[in-house]
Amino acid sequence: MIRKIRLTPKGEIDIMVEAEIISPDSFAGKSEAELCELSVWQGPRQVPLGEFFEVEAWDEETTGDGDGTVDILIDGDASRIKRIGQRMTSGRIEILGSAGMHLGSEMAGGEILVRRDAGPWAGMNMSGGLLEVFGDVGDHAGSAYRGSWRGMSGGNILVRGNARSQVGGGMSGGEILVQGSVENFCGIRQSGGLIVVEGDAVRGVGAEMIGGSIAVLGEIHQFTPGFVAAGTERDPALGEGKVEGEFAKFLGDYAISKNPKGVLFVKEAVV
Amino acid sequence: MPTMVIKNGSVFDPLNGIDGEVIDVFIKDGKVAKDLSSADLARAEVIDARGKTVMPGGVDSHAHVAGAKVNAGRLMRPEDHIGSVRQRTGISHSGSGYTVPSVYKQGYDYSTMGYTTVFEAAMPPLEARHTHEEMRSTPMLDMGAYLVLGNNWFLMRYLHEGEIDKAAAYVAWMMKTHKAYGIKCVNPAGVENWGWGKNVHSLDEPNIHFEVTAREVIRGLAEVNERLGMPISLHLHANNLGHPGNAEITKESLAVTAGVSPYQKMGVEWAETRMDPHRAQSVYLAHAQFNAFGGTSWRDFESGAEVLAKYVNRADHVVIDNGAVPFGPATCMTGDGPSIHDLYVLAGIGGQKWSNTDVELECGSGVIPFTYLKGNPISAIQWAIGLEMLLLVDDPWKTIMTTDHPNGGVFTQYPQVIAWLMSRRARDATAAECHKWGYDRSTLGGVEREMSLFEIAILTRANTSRTIGMAHRKGHLGAGADGDVAIYNIDPERFNPDDYAEIVRAFGKADFTIKDGMIVARQGEVVAVPDGRRYYCEPKVDEGLARDMMVDVKEWFKYYTIGFANYPVPDKYLRNPVPIVVNGPAEAQEGR
Repeated sequence: MIRKIRLTPKGEIDIMVEAEIISPDSFAGKSEAELCELSVWQGPRQVPLGEFFEVEAWDEETTGDGDGTVDILIDGDASRIKRIGQRMTSGRIEILGSAGMHLGSEMAGGEILVRRDAGPWAGMNMSGGLLEVFGDVGDHAGSAYRGSWRGMSGGNILVRGNARSQVGGGMSGGEILVQGSVENFCGIRQSGGLIVVEGDAVRGVGAEMIGGSIAVLGEIHQFTPGFVAAGTERDPALGEGKVEGEFAKFLGDYAISKNPKGVLFVKEAVV
Repeated sequence: MPTMVIKNGSVFDPLNGIDGEVIDVFIKDGKVAKDLSSADLARAEVIDARGKTVMPGGVDSHAHVAGAKVNAGRLMRPEDHIGSVRQRTGISHSGSGYTVPSVYKQGYDYSTMGYTTVFEAAMPPLEARHTHEEMRSTPMLDMGAYLVLGNNWFLMRYLHEGEIDKAAAYVAWMMKTHKAYGIKCVNPAGVENWGWGKNVHSLDEPNIHFEVTAREVIRGLAEVNERLGMPISLHLHANNLGHPGNAEITKESLAVTAGVSPYQKMGVEWAETRMDPHRAQSVYLAHAQFNAFGGTSWRDFESGAEVLAKYVNRADHVVIDNGAVPFGPATCMTGDGPSIHDLYVLAGIGGQKWSNTDVELECGSGVIPFTYLKGNPISAIQWAIGLEMLLLVDDPWKTIMTTDHPNGGVFTQYPQVIAWLMSRRARDATAAECHKWGYDRSTLGGVEREMSLFEIAILTRANTSRTIGMAHRKGHLGAGADGDVAIYNIDPERFNPDDYAEIVRAFGKADFTIKDGMIVARQGEVVAVPDGRRYYCEPKVDEGLARDMMVDVKEWFKYYTIGFANYPVPDKYLRNPVPIVVNGPAEAQEGR
């Protein structure tokens, strides 16, 4: 049996809503009426979830895996809703529109799928699970919270569009794949894990990294100064898979450490 | 004004020699009374404390809770705030922060633990306005702040020239000007050198330009302190803090004031106590743990607590607070700028955030986030030293319990520290989780002592009050004392130190916190939010002397970045100010 829940937005939202409650973990075992009564913050007010969404919930027979899981569908735009899937450990959330800030932050398991874009801080400090965004994401995807350098430690983020600055900041584990381009300081303070950018990067790639790997398949406009060349590699194996072609390999960031273990691959044709 | 009877509780009031006796406590118009008239009794609020522990309200004599460096810590550490959030209620503000909480949260958190009085450990004169602004916004607590004077240009000049009278006149003027409570001395002579990238590492090394030594500063400030008759003795943060082997210099530093007689000349009314409420010490050593290091390097690092404790046991002019390390996140902040830099070099893998400030003609400051881990050998030893410093000193009237919040740990971890002091089993359980150096390189594993509730009351209210000169109204339940009471859910009849989780739970949330006869917190909930008082000293000195001193101050004031008129803290910065006249004509007679 899978628990299916559909949230249909009732209309435009002005002040952003803090809805960490939208998560399979907190939705589990609740009736439609109980789900409607769950409380979210909007500015200084606490408001029932039912004020923003039509809520439908039903159980569906399943053959095989997924038994007992909760599957949430947001049937429309959620770009004014923050913290969807925060700290979720299992189940699935699919959003047909866009998602607001802090999507899947601190998520430990399960799956989030966004058909359009996600705001800043998607997958912040995440430790497990899969976060997939078909469109673009804002700044700090898979990054550490402000002030901290302990970021994403596990799980996967897949961005089919572009990401902005500080992708994977402070990352120590897990994998991030951006099929589009990134802006500044991708992988800043990275100590483990893997970031692959299929498009371009503006500058500061791997700044202050001491471990883990980054591969940029497109162009880096301004290369980070603290990296030194360490030969070339063909089709380097990275995490689960590999990237194809001839890559220049760099080690860094020597600006932060005498013996850094960070590896940066750049497509040879671009260098 | 509130009138109250606390009936049937087991009372621990060390300054009045009451050790767990079941007696009633009366409060009339906010002050403790011997008894109440039948008319008063009829209108009094009655609390039944049967089977519970009743103590005077908690008094913290050393915590970094207000001012520029605390706020630098807050600004530097958004990550300290995200996981520690307090929701507002109908009467209280929201707040956030674990090691460096916002002012409101700080007030509520202290109060729900049974504390009513907290003193800010280090107020740089130039940051006095900022410190008072934060204290003004801190609810629930009576407060005061010690003025950082150990590297002050004017004082170093006077002490070098042997002008002790002018030094006293200057300190008197500074106390009034900045609405400060006592003299704090941080890394004497060393912080001035830090302005030139240097430090001092012994008591007899003259510093740059001023040619004054740490010994001269300690001795001079202690003499000034007793000449004025200040409520608190010199409060010392000794040299070489945080360096292996510093227990020796700490011992030497304490010996410097051995010949100085404590002498309080305060124009206050003294509430009744059975014990002498006057302080007996001429030096109060801050956070002894950080200054009781043995070994010669981090490789042969070990506890030096035994050496220091032996000295304190022999000396009768010393009080220490321990600065415990209860593990977990901390934010180290101090006027000792070089010690923060040393910690940065030691702990940083490079690029770790930290800050340092030079406070013009006065002092310095530094802030750095730090985490004490049970698995780390140095942290484990520091944990042991913090507890040794209290358990190895035989006379509890020489010790005070702190975490040097937020340096060794956070004040909300006090209940955990109490549990370790009261329960050998609690210590053994923690030692088993720690790096083995914790027990191997200290004497803690062999310490059998388990403190009683009476001793805990000494270390957390009675002796704190006496040491800082607040025992005329705080830290006891004698007639005339402030009606500040903490009631804890501990039945002394059934108390079992092996059940240490229960100790942590009971001291974490007072059953009742009563301030000035009013219930302000109940089982962890804030139920009333009064504004506290702000104590400061107004020492009197000869007017001619003050005029001469002022000429010197104005001569050098050109080196400040601010104008003379903007230097003092205006009266409006203080809500409920309580000036204490010191060294007045009448008070000069009153001392012992």
